[in-house]
Amino acid sequence: MSRIAVVVFPGSNCELDVQWALRSLGAEAELVWHRQTDLADFDGVVLPGGFAHGDYLRTGAIARFSPVMSAVTRMAEEGRPVVGICNGFQILCEAHLLPGALIANRDLRFICRPVEVEIVDTGTVLTASVEPGTVVTLPLNSYEGQHTDPSGTARVVARYVEDVNGSQDRAAAIANEAGNVVGIMPHPERSSEEILGSDDGRLLLESLVAATDRIPA
Amino acid sequence: MKVTVHIERRPEIADPEGTAISRSLVDLGYGDVHSVRTGRTLHLEVEGDDAETVKKLVDEMCQRLLANPVIEDYRIEVEG
Repeated sequence: MSRIAVVVFPGSNCELDVQWALRSLGAEAELVWHRQTDLADFDGVVLPGGFAHGDYLRTGAIARFSPVMSAVTRMAEEGRPVVGICNGFQILCEAHLLPGALIANRDLRFICRPVEVEIVDTGTVLTASVEPGTVVTLPLNSYEGQHTDPSGTARVVARYVEDVNGSQDRAAAIANEAGNVVGIMPHPERSSEEILGSDDGRLLLESLVAATDRIPA
Repeated sequence: MKVTVHIERRPEIADPEGTAISRSLVDLGYGDVHSVRTGRTLHLEVEGDDAETVKKLVDEMCQRLLANPVIEDYRIEVEG
């Protein structure tokens, strides 16, 4: 059984979708308020999408100093799974747990539509159960979705099939070197059931649940 | 003391907003405009008497929160 924390910042709005999707895959998923400082009871953590702290200053800039982030950083350092989706991805970059930064989309449009994404690296906690080269369709829902990485060190995990927002290397998801910290811009939890039009996102979330399982199958 | 912080993207980082403004100026007939870069200015009031000490403190604030050193440069002006 996996026990996964889903962090709720003031302004998060995807936490219930993430919790629902993870529970439907058999994981224990608990909402955790951003002021909590201890995540020792959890095997992994998800930073969900939304507008944490109103996106003031820069997306994720204030959220990275929320008390919970010390525990998230510890988890990352210990090699436990840390996944940021959309705004969560922005927070992980601001916290320097992932390289680069997310800036406004190239065409200055808020992009809100399903996009095709190719999984190119299956050595991470979010992609380990996926066949390399698999193309999944996931809803993208962001304005600051263009990943830029002056250091050039980002490990690209998934690529947009078409260049939708100007992201460097067409990165839709990146990971740290160890592969236990992953940021993804489109939303796997919003395509986790047929009733939502696609359940492609399950493939990714299943990997996360497997990676957080205390008794590996 | 009054402190002004100017923050802007590093030249090699895209600035889609600046690009859009630049295009709009050209559309308005200002063909002499080659480029526009946007930035952000913050005005702070900080307790202290010594400009150097205050500047150092604000520099720390920029490194930690006000700017994102991964993609931005900043300039601090302390008003004596």
